[in-house]
Amino acid sequence: MNDRHDLDDAIRRVLGPAEAELGCDACFELLDRYVELEVAGADADAAVPGLRAHLAGCPACCEEHDSLLALVSGERSG
Amino acid sequence: MNAGAASVRAVEPASAVSSIAQRTPLDPESREWLAALRGEGVMRDEAIGRLHALLLRASRFEVARRRPTLPHLRGGDLDDIATEAADDALVSVLRRLEDFRGASRFTTWAYKFALYEAAVKLRKRAWQGREVPLEPESWSVFSSAAAGPDAEAEQSELVAAVRTAIDDALTPHQRRVLVALAVNGAPIDVLAERLGTSRGALYKTLHDARRKLREDLSRRGLDVTEEP
Repeated sequence: MNDRHDLDDAIRRVLGPAEAELGCDACFELLDRYVELEVAGADADAAVPGLRAHLAGCPACCEEHDSLLALVSGERSG
Repeated sequence: MNAGAASVRAVEPASAVSSIAQRTPLDPESREWLAALRGEGVMRDEAIGRLHALLLRASRFEVARRRPTLPHLRGGDLDDIATEAADDALVSVLRRLEDFRGASRFTTWAYKFALYEAAVKLRKRAWQGREVPLEPESWSVFSSAAAGPDAEAEQSELVAAVRTAIDDALTPHQRRVLVALAVNGAPIDVLAERLGTSRGALYKTLHDARRKLREDLSRRGLDVTEEP
């Protein structure tokens, strides 16, 4: 089973997202708004199209998104 | 679909940012931050001190999250990295203060600079002294997985086609970037530094390479319109 999943992951990393996506610079510019919408339970993907797809294709931006989401979520809940 | 969606067609549509990140009314706390940072004398100095403390909290947060993946770095090294990241983020935030549009709270906007600086520094430290393989010398994930018992015929065909497309459809630069980032897993900031370019420019190259691969695979009759 792992073989198949490993292979799916490898193909996904190479081919990237199938849909239209933002670039790294646009992602950085819009990330704070996107995260706040997520924390508020709003439809962040509708408000900031292309960002979710970029996170799927860019591990670095994805890590920074996850960190900002964790930091802001923690503050709001704490 | 809103106006922003219409402009998001390919990677790096800078025009999309202005249409999505419209200026919105500031919340009272953000207004207070901006007034203090745009002020003068003691009020501004005090605000800069508070901002640095805020950024340091974010950079330490990032360091703590990544600490398990950096066992060779000691606590002192990590704290130095967090401090450097907060210092650099402070410069960026103050330089870009007029770019803050109120699309989020000021603190959330500022945090992302500190998290970015810390993440980039930590990725670079993790790869310090390591070579970034640019050539397709490590197809191990593809070859071992393709040979595994669960790899089905359809999947094996796709893998073979992907490897052929990488060889045939890409320019040498696109192939090196794709192999380094998407096959060998090198961090984009590390590769950008070593090639003397930016993360954004490198991702554009990766995006173009991926698009060419998908087009090539489609021409060969393979369905790549959905995620595997």
